[in-house]
Amino acid sequence: MTNLGHILVLAGGLSPEREVSLRSGHRLCDALRENGVDALTVDADSALIPAIIADPPDAVFPAIHGASGEDGAVREVLDLLDVPFVGATAGSCRFAFDKPTAKTVARAAGLTTPEAVTLPKETFHDLGATAVLDRIVARLGLPLFVKPSRGGSALGAGPVRSAEELPAAMVGCFAYGDTALIERLITGTEVAVGVIDLGDGPQALPAVEIVPDEGAYDYTARYTAGRTEFYTPARISAAAAKSAADSAVTAHTVLGLRDLSRTDLIVDNAGTAFFLEVNVAPGMTETSTLPMALEAAGLSFGKVCHDLLVLAVERGN
Amino acid sequence: MGSGHGITSQGDAVRTDPQQPHGSRIDPYVDVYAARARGMIASEIRALFAVAARPEIVSFAGGSPYVSALPLDVIGGMAGQLIADHGSVALQYCPAHGDPGLREKICEVMALEGVNAHPDDVVVTVGSQQALDLITRIFADPGDVLLAEAPSYVGALGAFAAYQAEVLHVPMDDNGLIPEALDSAITELAAAGRRAKFLYTVPNFHNPAGVTLAAERRHRILDICNAAGLLIVEDNPYGLLGFDREPLRPLRADNPDGVVYLGSFSKTFASGVRVGWAVAPPAVRDKLVLAAESAVLCQSSLAQLLVREYLCTQPWREQVKIFRDLYQHRRDTMLGSLEALMPAGCHWTRPGGGFYVWLRLPTGLDAKAMLPRAVSSRVAYVPGTGFYADGQGAQHMRLSYCFPEPDRIREGVRRLARVVEAEIELRETFGSGGTHGNLGVETPGPEVA
Repeated sequence: MTNLGHILVLAGGLSPEREVSLRSGHRLCDALRENGVDALTVDADSALIPAIIADPPDAVFPAIHGASGEDGAVREVLDLLDVPFVGATAGSCRFAFDKPTAKTVARAAGLTTPEAVTLPKETFHDLGATAVLDRIVARLGLPLFVKPSRGGSALGAGPVRSAEELPAAMVGCFAYGDTALIERLITGTEVAVGVIDLGDGPQALPAVEIVPDEGAYDYTARYTAGRTEFYTPARISAAAAKSAADSAVTAHTVLGLRDLSRTDLIVDNAGTAFFLEVNVAPGMTETSTLPMALEAAGLSFGKVCHDLLVLAVERGN
Repeated sequence: MGSGHGITSQGDAVRTDPQQPHGSRIDPYVDVYAARARGMIASEIRALFAVAARPEIVSFAGGSPYVSALPLDVIGGMAGQLIADHGSVALQYCPAHGDPGLREKICEVMALEGVNAHPDDVVVTVGSQQALDLITRIFADPGDVLLAEAPSYVGALGAFAAYQAEVLHVPMDDNGLIPEALDSAITELAAAGRRAKFLYTVPNFHNPAGVTLAAERRHRILDICNAAGLLIVEDNPYGLLGFDREPLRPLRADNPDGVVYLGSFSKTFASGVRVGWAVAPPAVRDKLVLAAESAVLCQSSLAQLLVREYLCTQPWREQVKIFRDLYQHRRDTMLGSLEALMPAGCHWTRPGGGFYVWLRLPTGLDAKAMLPRAVSSRVAYVPGTGFYADGQGAQHMRLSYCFPEPDRIREGVRRLARVVEAEIELRETFGSGGTHGNLGVETPGPEVA
């Protein structure tokens, strides 16, 4: 079935999502090999460029999460090396990875996204944290959700239910980044919608509903099998499901993404889908939602990844 | 990878009558696990340690010995010859008690520190970590109290937690465990109708605190425990790695009936061979052998014979001296760098041997909350909370100087100082009102042993 040659799966990196990325990369690599692809998992370190120059791959499948993987940096380097790769271009990644920017683009395209404030830590230092936080609470109300403007896996992210909790949440957030996104917290059904484009336009996969045992879909709930229940398709109305799917495809399109993405949304009690963020290197671990959505859609994870690589190779020709 | 809101409502209006009412939990056995498996979860701390293991990071987190200082070519030749000459033994099962020849050599090693033991009293284990597991297995029922220093070795706390024992920490100062505090802890337990099953202590070059139990306190500790009928578990992996003076006499040397002594080749030879041992009173020893049998049938014959061969044929005492000199230089480098670079308000211990400096941050700082920023700045440590069973230690961190080379130690301390300075500024901005969220449990991995 395959006409692919040598393929590299990029996994690891130095972000706190390294371990998750390695799990994604190994799973992806195994699935590709099962589909007859000569795939190898490699890290993004000082050995990468010499290895690519010595033995150029037909294409690369980036599975690095977090900084360097999703902010476009590694993809920019792949461009410099004239190596085709699966997924969004470096330029699109830069927009998508920065959550406030992605929200602005999504809102301009008509999507609903929680009202938010984005501020660097210097602002709190220079203007006084108490005064700034007071204004944020006055503007957005409570509860809030605080997260680093760049990054993922819920690292440094968490809900804030009272004004007294906010300073500690800011400190937790700034441990993972220098700019915070403070959003009005939307209560509802959390869903993840994968988008795949196999050459005939971006298509939304069935929404996966996420129900963590202990309320918060934090790092532990994400990567400890058994800590979260997933419903595919999500237990939402047909209208809400269509709204979520349309939102994901719109986000994918207006952000200029390519091949695959995953959009995280909250569907509130009125059925409105709120765009939270989009991911250009979705998790592919055994607890990740994109492989679940592919399976629910009757698609083979390995076959889809193979076909995306074929598209990447064709782009490179 | 996303950060969602992660907050799900219950019974909201848009939910339909589901065609698929049952979701997937990925793990079909989620409702079957024992209660003791509840803490076995993915955690942010473990994710950060995974990054810290990369060479780009200066890691003060691991307690890994600098095995590159071994004559690896000689050991390689020795290992090959061992299999060629004794493969039928080295690749076969062996007694759960351990190889008799190795047990004899272990007694020679212990004699250097003043422990006089018979090879029959020695049980070989998979590192001293397995000895900790076996000791806890045979003594502690769920809910039993164990005494341990404050702070205490993270691997011991992990073993105690696995058997659902309750740990009561006893304070230390610069001279190690405080006898009066131990006495008080025993008295308070008795007043509550409880009795600790044993005292776990690392008297020499403590992990993580770096301090050594003063000679004059050792008899007092023995007397207190003797009077209370309290068994002592003396863990001594670093005893031969003192820089400034001869080893102090182990507790076991003065009360063989009241002390189970744990030793290890992980720090004086190679951690990868996973060979440690326990020396115990005969009745305890018999139970340890049976417990070891049920756990692993027997230890690795190959590893045991490799260590035996190393001790029989190589100048291992000289090698220990090489390690001592190397670690002393690294300790001096770390202490000098800390002195030169760390901001005011930081305090640290000055170990006379072993691998670790225990650093206290300025008031209001939280080492665990600061770890992500440190790893992003390419330096790592172990947050102090990992060395307590009761949530203490937020203001502390353990710094290991054993593995990074001196230039890397200097660079790592430079990075750490900048991280601490930034954290001080952040806390000044937002106050020090605790830490938001939970970075997860700190069950020990080999990277923090």
